[in-house]
Parts: sequence; structure tokens; C-alpha cells
Amino acid sequence: MKILVCITHVPDTTSKIQFTDNNTKFDKNGVQFIIGPYDDYALARAVELKEQLSATLTVLNVGEAETEPTLRKALAIGADDAIRVNSFPKDSLFVAKQIAAIAKENNYDLILMGRESIDFNGGMVHGMVGELLGIPSISPVMKLEIDGNTVKMAREIEGGKEYLEASLPLIAGCQEPIAEWKIPNMRGIMSARTKPLNVIEPVDESTATEVLQFQLPPAKGAVKLVDKDNVEELVKLLKNDAKVL
Amino acid sequence: MSILVYIEHAEGAVKKTSLEAVSYGKALAEKTGAGEVIAVALGAIEESELKKAGSAGASKVIHDSNEKLTAGVIQAHADAISQVYSQVGAHTLVLAKSSLGDAVAARLAIKLNAGLVSNVMDLPDTSDVYKVKRSIYTGKAFAETVINTEHKILAVKKNAVDLLTDGGDASIESVSLTIGDSNFATNITSTDKATGDILLPEADIVVSGGRGMKGPENWGMLEDLAKELGAATGCSKPVSDIGWRPHHEHVGQTGVKVAPTLYVAVGISGAIQHLAGVNSSKYIVVINKDPEAPFFKAADYGIVGDAFEVIPKLTEALKAIK
Repeated sequence: MKILVCITHVPDTTSKIQFTDNNTKFDKNGVQFIIGPYDDYALARAVELKEQLSATLTVLNVGEAETEPTLRKALAIGADDAIRVNSFPKDSLFVAKQIAAIAKENNYDLILMGRESIDFNGGMVHGMVGELLGIPSISPVMKLEIDGNTVKMAREIEGGKEYLEASLPLIAGCQEPIAEWKIPNMRGIMSARTKPLNVIEPVDESTATEVLQFQLPPAKGAVKLVDKDNVEELVKLLKNDAKVL
Repeated sequence: MSILVYIEHAEGAVKKTSLEAVSYGKALAEKTGAGEVIAVALGAIEESELKKAGSAGASKVIHDSNEKLTAGVIQAHADAISQVYSQVGAHTLVLAKSSLGDAVAARLAIKLNAGLVSNVMDLPDTSDVYKVKRSIYTGKAFAETVINTEHKILAVKKNAVDLLTDGGDASIESVSLTIGDSNFATNITSTDKATGDILLPEADIVVSGGRGMKGPENWGMLEDLAKELGAATGCSKPVSDIGWRPHHEHVGQTGVKVAPTLYVAVGISGAIQHLAGVNSSKYIVVINKDPEAPFFKAADYGIVGDAFEVIPKLTEALKAIK
């Protein structure tokens, strides 16, 4: 059993989002980068499955050298080895092609990643990889159990969930509560230093989209406070000013 | 050259967000001088429901009533849509961003060699290059994104355009597509869904509660307020983590992202992760007894006060204006 987990290297969820270079580049100044929160759920579930099924677990990131500490953290959490595709992740299609090429070579039984990255929120890469490999892609998956060759999953839908079954190999975009996030322990951190981290070059440079410029939303005006003993005033404001009632 | 719109339905009704996607398609056709707007629906659904796509701006609805497509099997839907896309000679596919829509659109991007942009907020600017504005960093920023491919897929965010209700009459064309068994490799065994409620991602008004509600037994008060407003109910991450409310009600960075016209937050302090899920709301009302709660900075209207006093009064005040 071979498991691949694809992770993103993204700003911490509390980061202030700012841009530089005439709004064409993300401002990394003072920003802490983390494993994407959804990817972290996927990784946590993969570590559990690895222990349960004696599987091997590879972690993959498409990114420049700066993402290596993030990959090392994934190794500390429990991945056996890491692959970094040495390129800026230009767009979803570009990233999907890199993952598909590596997956074709290594025949993973299960590929997990987050439902979406928290920087570009596209939520497309798993579906694209699934289509490129001709295997089922399921997202957003909130529960995943493996019983022999059968994978039992729960997928979140609007207002609830649906339960599905499929056979390996497959690819899933994950979200909570598929597993609890794992914090690396000292032994994990020590062993991560010597685990293999292979750097490979991208296979295909083509993209379908390109960001021209970033923008920040307009600043919010000051809050209009209403006295707690005069809630009728709030109703009036919502009805007559905001016109939402 | 036409624009194809993939419309979803649930419990016998076409989703409102899908109808908005049809209206987006119509506005796009008018803006770019493209041909007709054709909607496509899969699975069992009444024709009278499909006619709503006409009012929203479609001139035709292509419908495959195959029961096997009623449930949203991702690969099968992707295969069906790609067939219809080729048959009608479309150049753009529009759909509403949703749990199923996202999953299907990603596979279609490969099948159709189409550039896919999600979280689209506005009509494209096609004056020079084909440029769309999408929301990124969970609504904390926007990106002007160019699509370089001939074929395009736009996954549209709620409220990107106004829903058209007087578009006209759409003809319904029944088709019977041949979809290979391999596309049904994923078997949906059951669904577990809150019925009859207004769905959170599609709601125009959302009432959410946080830890300030003190316990799940106090949700009745919020539900009464929600009922009066015709709103869906949501909650903060701690509330779903403790198990007071189900996960599908969790609004925030790693939960549901909502884009209602009115968001009412009760007893929620306003952590940055929660704000990320609500920053697309048109108006935000915050009710919190802590005047220092950070949520007030993101709010349009606020009441500093105890939810247990304010909420019943607010519900009464809303009843009074009816």
C-alpha cells in the first residue's frame, strides 16, 4: 500500500494579507508559512492509515526551496519521504500535471490532499489529477476508512453529507473532521532531518491561467452601534438603510 | 458559439445559486456578443422546475432524466457535461460554486482543455485579454486572473450577478446520454441531510451563534430569530468542535464560506478564521456583550448586550413590522 499526500505551503490563517511590486506579488514580510490546514487533515489521516495498514507515505509539494521546512514538518509528523517539484506553483493545472506525472511513475494506491489551498481556494487540483490519471476523485471528504480494497467515505454536501464507496486507487480532497491534526514530537523532528527529500524538476511548464494583479477589499466603515434597549432601531436600520428586510 | 450552464438541483428544486449562474451566463452572453445560453440538468427533476432556468436567462434546457444521475456522482456528471458541451458547440461553461460543482468542474477542465477559474465575483473584462476577478485568501483579497485557453470554465460565487426573473421561456430538450460504467465507479450508498431547512451556503440571511450562547440547549432562541428572518443558522468553529452543532453549520476559514446579504453573529468574538468565512457578506450585524469583541470592527451594525436579553427582543421587534 502506497499513499501520497500533496501539501501546500501557505500563510498562517492569522496572517495579514498584503501585496508588493505594484500588487503583483504576495508580501511575505513577517508572514509565517504552514502546511495548508486542509492538507494537514489529509496528512494526519494518512499517518493513521500508514500505521493501520503498514503503508508507505510520501509527501509532495510543488514549490521553490523555501517550502522545504514545511515538507520537513510533514516528515516529522510521519511521512517516510518527501518530493519537492522545484518550481513556483504557477496555477492549478500546472500543479496537477506535476502530481499526475509523479503518480504515474509511482503507482500510489491512495492520493490525499486538502479540499483546497487557503491561498487561492481553487479546490481543483484533486479533480484535475483524478481526470489526468483516470481514477475517481472525491471532495470534500470528511471521513475515510479503508477495508481491503474498498474505501468508505463521507463527503460533505450542502446541508449534510453523503456516504460513498469506491475501490482503490483513488484521490480525495480532505477536510475536518477526517482526523485530528498531529503535532510532531521530538523523535519525529529528529528523524525528519535524515529522511529523504528528493528535488525534481517540473515536467510540463504549461498553464491555463495567470494572475495579472492582486487587490485588497475596500476598508470597512465604522460600526453603527444601537442601544441594547432599543432593538427596534436596528430593525429600522436594516429595513430602511440597508434594505435587507 | 454558445454558453453552457450546468445547473444542480436538490429535493426536486433547481438550486437558486444555479439559477444565478444562468443569469451570469446571460449577462456574459450579452456582454461578449456570444450566442445563446443553454442550461443542462442531470437526473430526475420536473420540467416545471427546469422552466425556471428560462426566467433566469436560458433559451434552452437540455435534460437527461437518467435516474442514475440524480445523485451527484462526480465522474458521471463530468462525463455527461463534457458530452453536452461538445454537442452544443459551447465555448464557455458556467456553474455555481458548490460541493458538487467544484468537483465536477475540475475534471471538466482537463476533459475540455479549458482554463478554470473559481470564486468568480464579476463578469469578465474582455476588452484586451480575458480577465476575471476572483476572490482569494478566503475573501481577504482578489486576483485579476487571465484565462489563456480558448475554452473557459467559470465557477461563480453567490451574488456575482443579480438573479434575472423575467428572462423568458426556455424550451426543454430531453436527451439520453451514453455514460460508461467506469464513470459510476464511486457508489453513493446513502445521504444524511437536514431537510426542509434553508441551506447555509445558499441563504440570503444567516444567523450564527458562538460560545456566547453557552450551550446547545439555547439554540432555540437563534432558530426563532432565524425563522423570523427566513434565515439559515450557522455557528463558529468552537461550537461545532464541542459538538453543540453539526460540522456542516460551521462558518469560517475551514468551514462553510457564506455570502449572504445579511449575516447576524451572536456571541461570536470574531476570530480572524471566522471572519474569513463571512467577509463576503453584504451587511454584518454583531451582537456581543463584550464591547471589545474584534467582530465589531468588521460589522456594519452592532449591539453591545447579553444575547439572552437582546435576541428575544429582536425577534419580537421583527414580528412587529410584519
